[in-house]
Amino acid sequence: MIDSNSGRRSLRQTVDWWIIAVYLALVVIGWVNIYAATHTAEAGSMLDWGSRAGKQFVWILTSFGLAALILWVLPPQLWEGVAPVFYAFVLGLLVLVIFVSSDVKGSHSWFDLGPIRFQPAEISKITTSLLLSLVMSQQWFKMGRPRDFLIAAAIIGFPMLVIVAESETGSALVYAGFIFVLYREGLSGWLLSAIGLIILLFVGTLTAGAYTTILIMIGILVLSAALSEPSRLKNRLLAGGGFVLVMALFPTFLGWIGDLVQGEMDKLSMRPWVPRADETEDYFWGFVLRIKPLWVLIGLSVAAMPLLLWRAYKLKDRFLAFCCGVFIAGVVMVFSTDFVFQNVLQPHQRGRIEVLLGLKEDLAGIGYNVNQSKIAIGSGGLLGKGFLKGTQTTFGFVPEQSTDFIFCTVGEEWGFLGCLIVISLYVWLIARLIIDAERCRGKFTRIYGYCVAACIFMHLFINVGMTVGLMPVIGIPLPLLSYGGSSLWAFTILIFIFLALYRNEKKYF
Amino acid sequence: MDPGKRHIPLLIGLSIAAIVLLGKIFSLQVIDRYKEDADRNSTVYETIYPTRGVIYDRYGHILVGNKVAYDILVSPREVQAFDTVALATVLDVTPEFIRGKLKEYNRRRSAIGFQSVTMMRMVPAETYMRFDEVKYRFPGFKGQVRGMRDYPFNAGGNLLGYVSEVNQAYIDRHPGEYRSGDYAGMTGIEAAREKELRGEKGYHIYLRNSRNQIEQPYKGGAEDKEAIPGRDIVTTIDAELQQYGQELMQNKVGSIVAIEPATGEILALVSSPGIDVSQLADIGRHWEEISTNPYKPMYNRAVQASYPPGSVFKLVNGLIGLEEGVLRPEMTYPCHQGYHFGAGHKLGCHVHKSPLNMEESIMMSCNAYYCYVLKNIFDNRKYGNVAEGMDHWREMVMSFGFGRKLGSDFPAELSGSIPSSKTYNRAYGKGRWNSTTVISLSIGQGEILATPMHLANLCATIANRGYYYIPHIVKESDGVPLDQRFKERQYTMVDTTQFPKVIKGMWRAVNSGPGMGGTAWIAHVDSLDICGKTGTAQNPRGADNSVFICFAPMDNPRIAIAAYVENGGFGATYAAPMASLMAEKYITGSISRPALEKRMMEADLMARVKHD
Repeated sequence: MIDSNSGRRSLRQTVDWWIIAVYLALVVIGWVNIYAATHTAEAGSMLDWGSRAGKQFVWILTSFGLAALILWVLPPQLWEGVAPVFYAFVLGLLVLVIFVSSDVKGSHSWFDLGPIRFQPAEISKITTSLLLSLVMSQQWFKMGRPRDFLIAAAIIGFPMLVIVAESETGSALVYAGFIFVLYREGLSGWLLSAIGLIILLFVGTLTAGAYTTILIMIGILVLSAALSEPSRLKNRLLAGGGFVLVMALFPTFLGWIGDLVQGEMDKLSMRPWVPRADETEDYFWGFVLRIKPLWVLIGLSVAAMPLLLWRAYKLKDRFLAFCCGVFIAGVVMVFSTDFVFQNVLQPHQRGRIEVLLGLKEDLAGIGYNVNQSKIAIGSGGLLGKGFLKGTQTTFGFVPEQSTDFIFCTVGEEWGFLGCLIVISLYVWLIARLIIDAERCRGKFTRIYGYCVAACIFMHLFINVGMTVGLMPVIGIPLPLLSYGGSSLWAFTILIFIFLALYRNEKKYF
Repeated sequence: MDPGKRHIPLLIGLSIAAIVLLGKIFSLQVIDRYKEDADRNSTVYETIYPTRGVIYDRYGHILVGNKVAYDILVSPREVQAFDTVALATVLDVTPEFIRGKLKEYNRRRSAIGFQSVTMMRMVPAETYMRFDEVKYRFPGFKGQVRGMRDYPFNAGGNLLGYVSEVNQAYIDRHPGEYRSGDYAGMTGIEAAREKELRGEKGYHIYLRNSRNQIEQPYKGGAEDKEAIPGRDIVTTIDAELQQYGQELMQNKVGSIVAIEPATGEILALVSSPGIDVSQLADIGRHWEEISTNPYKPMYNRAVQASYPPGSVFKLVNGLIGLEEGVLRPEMTYPCHQGYHFGAGHKLGCHVHKSPLNMEESIMMSCNAYYCYVLKNIFDNRKYGNVAEGMDHWREMVMSFGFGRKLGSDFPAELSGSIPSSKTYNRAYGKGRWNSTTVISLSIGQGEILATPMHLANLCATIANRGYYYIPHIVKESDGVPLDQRFKERQYTMVDTTQFPKVIKGMWRAVNSGPGMGGTAWIAHVDSLDICGKTGTAQNPRGADNSVFICFAPMDNPRIAIAAYVENGGFGATYAAPMASLMAEKYITGSISRPALEKRMMEADLMARVKHD
């Protein structure tokens, strides 16, 4: 494939056409669905300039212009040079917008320039990626060194904080995706796992309960302990898996016994000559009703912990000791989650988290969007209702249908098949970016490629997750599909800078 | 891990994330129920309410009809500033009521949106007409036609039953049949025949947008469904007789049940005090008043009140005695103002001729005579001991319909109770009681409880000489078939040849003339041949209950009646005159004893009745 003797290579050979093809496909899919989402009975054509689809068409054409400009006209070396200046400039804009912007649904993030409005937060992703790539590609930069790590964190953190101050929490969350870039460049995998575990424990405790969460944690530890030493795989899996299975069934079993006992007591108390109500407390089997499965689980764990630690010490099994440590920390975390959630948080904060995690139905308030969006997607079925046939879409049940909730239209009109295709396109785009980035020799291009992949991934996961109720409703667009010029431009620039850099790399091989 | 290989876990993570998303989408689209919701979300069903079926009496008089009433609806978003006092005057409510309602709607405005809500229900036509003339002054307010029940006869709320809006508990009990805002029959005939009367709702389907605004008819109205009106019901009730019974029972507590013996059709079912039909149509407004009334007008005494039957029950014991061979009509027993047993115990009786035979014992209602009869039944050598004797007796008593639900089509019937040996084993211990312990059963006291319907059924059984038809309230008519069980004769365990023997005594009780010792001479009507039996049942709360059952005429009886007046005193004081007036009214259509009728109607026993 790569012929190192060929000198400068043509455009056809040096550009990753896969990425461009996927880009084009997504942009067109977006345009079609924006038309469907805003379509009404008396609407005009897809090219009606007054309509959103018409406007989007203009944005698409200008994006192509931008893409061509970046790919052919601007020198790829330019980006490295301007990164610090751009970063500082956009950070300034981010701060400025707080003071001069109009209030759009409580957030202060839009510049209103007459007919055009744009969000500096969109551009900030590009400048942050560029500066991060620049800094991390320097010779002196070592991920393992705390000072360097802090520098990288600061580059990500500054725009993130300002965006939070703009009340655009969703956009800020995207920046969390840069941690994957740091990981690729040598950030400890343990840190990543620890963050993942903390999120899992927090969400798990609140949604599935402490018992299930601790059980899941034990399961994960057993599995990784078993996998860490293949020689003991079978025994550990048998012992640990058996324990998890038994304990998983335990509450059900206890509930069953409890029902039995309760039924027996009900029968007894129906007869006037046997002890009633308060006296049943003394009924021999009555204690079963008062057993809490969680206590049993904790009791068993506390009993097993010294044994396991002693074993770890004897066998010099550091992994086992580590597992015990993680477990203890996890249990503490589970209980403090509950405590913090119940006692420290204010009721309204609790309410918001509960709705976000789906613990409470709030179909009229925060939950309305999600419920409507789930209904719209769910109504699509396997093959969808067909282009322009979606009722949820046409009658405007789903808010922000053409922007943040564009995926609903895909789901309703094109069904699971459509969703599968769209998500596959994104996955292919992201995978392609990662693969291309890995092929690069220049650190700058590689890191930048990862940044682009991380941004698109975060947008995809948060946006689609939100429309199907997996993620809280935080309004961020679906890259390339959602209606809106600044988002489309930003992602076009983001992707095509990488293509230009990548092409530059390939040119000389 | 070597950073050079770290793209691998990241790619794996990417795949997992994509699978999670697709899995969730798959469950939403292919597995879950969200698809159904979408149709409901964008279409709006406008219900068309059917008219409720009319309830007729046996002669075609309308007992319950329909008249037009209106609901007043408000679309809060369309309301503009208006003169609250003027609207309140027109609608016959206080301005505070309207202000309160609007304040409530304002609080719920996000939930209401562009919908209309019902501000007032069942506004009478006159009020609505007044409103209609001036409604242009009150934008946002409008009226909607809604059927309302109309009652030409005062047939009593407990018999007819009322119709009201279903609550959540009712909806849950009838899954899939009702939705909030529907009306359903809650008691009486309305409840018994709810399925026929209610009809089927129809609907118009419209497409709406997210602001609840109607966009267009769904599929041009092709899927709309017309409402099917409820079926009319012909009851067995005689409207005139029922109303007459209501008038007789006014200001008394108790009930009158009249049955046509030849068919088991219920001619009248009076429970007093009852809900006045003037309150029935709009019961919600009177609910407070009705539910707090200490005399419990909602309580249908005719089928739900379990009373001791008193001396009326001697007929049953007599019949069982005859059947068991322990009693012959010519057998005489002495009565010295009661039955003496044990050491100084006595079950008292009034002064009458002694000794006396069976016919006379019925005519004069002798207590002692039936003590002997019951003792002989229980201590019959045929059965090993008193417990077995009693259980056999119980079985025979229950064959008359006592101690169980008769299986009528009238709802909420109760079973009363007949004791068994177990009852007394529990109370006294096994083998520690004998026939004298339970001797009060002989005169229908003690642990025997029966409803007025049971007594009327007993009367019909005797009138038929040994069998009854299960009492029922609905006549067979087009599209409303009569259940097979109402067409079958229910024989008792007493042979039909035994019945004429007691009927003779019942005839003499009424027709012997004053001074001859007959307890019910006051019920005598010339040429009607009324046969009856009085009862005076002890009431632990105050004066005795007055009980009477009778049928007439003696041959080919046309009506069997049970009257039960709480705290009415002797059976002959109130129950007997009332029952005989009912019989006379039904058979001759007129009353030959206006003075007696007047006295009965004007009597007010409410002060005697003690309530909780």
